[in-house]
Amino acid sequence: MTPVLLLAPVMLPLSAALGYALVGWRPRSTAWLGVLTTALLALDAVALAVTVTRHGPLWTPGGLLRADALSAWMLLGVATVALLACWASPGYLAAAPGSRRRTRWYGILLQLFVAAMATAVLAGNFGVLWVAIEATTIVTAFLVGHHRDRAALEAAWKYVVICSAAIAIAFLGLVLLYDAGRHAGLSTVDALDWTALTRYADHLDPAVTRIAVGLAVIGFGAKAGLIPLHAWLPDAHSQAPAPVSALMSGVLLPVAVYAVLRVKVIADPALGTGYLRTLLAVMALATLALAALLLIAQRDYKRMLAYSSMEHMGLIALAAAIGTPLAVVALLLHMAGHGLAKTVAFLSSGHILHHHGSTRTTDIRGLAGRTPLLAGLFGLAVLALLGFPPASLFASELGIARAGTAAGLGWVTAAGFALALVAFAALIVHSGRMLLGPAPHPAERPVAFPIGTALPLIAGLVAVAALGVTLGPVTGLLQAAAAAAGAP
Amino acid sequence: MTDTTFPLALDLSAGVFLLCAFGVLWRRQLASMVRLFGLQGAALAALIAILGLHERSVELLLVACGLGVLRAGVLPALGRRALGRGTPADARETRPVVNVAASLLAAGLLTLLAYVVTRPLVALSPSPATAVLPAAVAVVLIGFFALVTRRRALSQVVGFLLLDNGITATAFLTTAGLPLIVELGVSFDLLLVVLVLQVLATRLRSTFGSTDLDEMRELHD
Repeated sequence: MTPVLLLAPVMLPLSAALGYALVGWRPRSTAWLGVLTTALLALDAVALAVTVTRHGPLWTPGGLLRADALSAWMLLGVATVALLACWASPGYLAAAPGSRRRTRWYGILLQLFVAAMATAVLAGNFGVLWVAIEATTIVTAFLVGHHRDRAALEAAWKYVVICSAAIAIAFLGLVLLYDAGRHAGLSTVDALDWTALTRYADHLDPAVTRIAVGLAVIGFGAKAGLIPLHAWLPDAHSQAPAPVSALMSGVLLPVAVYAVLRVKVIADPALGTGYLRTLLAVMALATLALAALLLIAQRDYKRMLAYSSMEHMGLIALAAAIGTPLAVVALLLHMAGHGLAKTVAFLSSGHILHHHGSTRTTDIRGLAGRTPLLAGLFGLAVLALLGFPPASLFASELGIARAGTAAGLGWVTAAGFALALVAFAALIVHSGRMLLGPAPHPAERPVAFPIGTALPLIAGLVAVAALGVTLGPVTGLLQAAAAAAGAP
Repeated sequence: MTDTTFPLALDLSAGVFLLCAFGVLWRRQLASMVRLFGLQGAALAALIAILGLHERSVELLLVACGLGVLRAGVLPALGRRALGRGTPADARETRPVVNVAASLLAAGLLTLLAYVVTRPLVALSPSPATAVLPAAVAVVLIGFFALVTRRRALSQVVGFLLLDNGITATAFLTTAGLPLIVELGVSFDLLLVVLVLQVLATRLRSTFGSTDLDEMRELHD
């Protein structure tokens, strides 16, 4: 049973990708294949979460794939957002029809993307984790460039160059960590395995480990949109098709943070908590400051959502810097809440783009009067992103703030939240202008927005609210996941 | 291989390896950049083969052959093909962000930096292999420098590949390589990245008319 639970998350999307390769994307039939496989993936993630909470970590023979509570939590996030993105894809592609060849590739690459992320969170060692994260760059390159216009190609180019270079730097970090592990007496297999490395953390050479951890965190941090290698994020997120933007923002960034957490588990016992705490806090504050500044003057709503993702990743990095059990639980909850809310925001922004043909905030006025349902969904998603209850982001942000003050990082936390507040204000002003006020052309007929297209968005909002009201059965999983992430 | 020739051969191949990186910064002709990159791939393969001979490891020798084919054969051939399709005006790095003289000076400083950075690594296990480690790390730094200061699509790719060559050399010099499956995954990924970039560059050329990244002004804040 164990290998099936671990292999299914990788094999299900792969089989869907094969299906699209063979049959192509048909709006009435195969378009729903991805929904079916991701729904099964979500069921598998639930089963895995239950098994891991009851019986502890599982692994496949050979140890290439492994799941503890942290992996299970991440897989739940991947599966939920992937389900919403696949569910919304038929509606998205129906509104923006492309050639058959292009929709076929869309189907194949979207499923490969999900498979790569599932592999990343279930990876049993750093080697597999690295290959999986690098694979996400390769498969999403053409998804970012899906629209084939100048802007999309430029975004795809920047994305591949920056992310490949960053992930190469992370690889150098892993090579050095492997070297330190080998000299600490670990075997060739164990020196890439984080459980073994954590056991031997005391024996790792501190000078080498310091360089290794710094490189790995900067490299994986780039993929999470953290400074200094963040420049790809706003371009890629704003040019990709909406369901892809949702997946990139909702789960790809958290998967990169997950890699940072795995490195942190080794770094903290080997180097003391101070080193990585300083590095992460600096990266977090710089990212928050940049995102807040660029959000103020933002005139493009898809880029606005992208910078909002950077701002939330900054908060998450801040939580990682704090690193106490409360902070890590809040971090994991924030990942899930942000993933769901940002998915809804990006999906609705895709529909807004189809209706109005412009991504400039100044071209969209009085949306609430013309398309109340769509405007309502976009507005609620933005409110959730701002951390209004009942969205779970309220609880997680409160948790991060409390953990920060309790850990003696009061000033850093205060600075971080002050910057986040600037970003929130900018976000609310821009989206308020889009949604409220009179429409520029009152005679224009209201735009149709069928309820079927809205269903995945509503489901996402309900999920984020439900997480905010009660954690219910996932409490145990969340605490176990925080323990696996190294919270003492 | 005897104990006296081993460090000599290692030093020689590492020297060629580093010199090629300097050459890439020095030359402006894209075609000679690609040639130098191919030569560097051969030096890398030689470096690994020397390590393999010294340790009498068949696995390392096989890896050296594979890497040689990929980095001295396949990747430069892909680069030449990308060049062949472009117009002649495409074939020069016309306006790098930093000029050639300053680039070479910067590369010299980066090499010094590499010596400083690698001190803990050399101290961890002093041996002839780790003694040439600074050259490998210098290539990593120079590759990153080329990546951020070059404007032609192809010279950015060469910069990225230099970075990757340097990392591979570091991996083999510190630990005689990672487990084979990781090594295979990495090489496969590298090939895919280059293919993806090549397809994107072709599409860029058909929409922008050139692969000068200065033309990319659509997206900014």
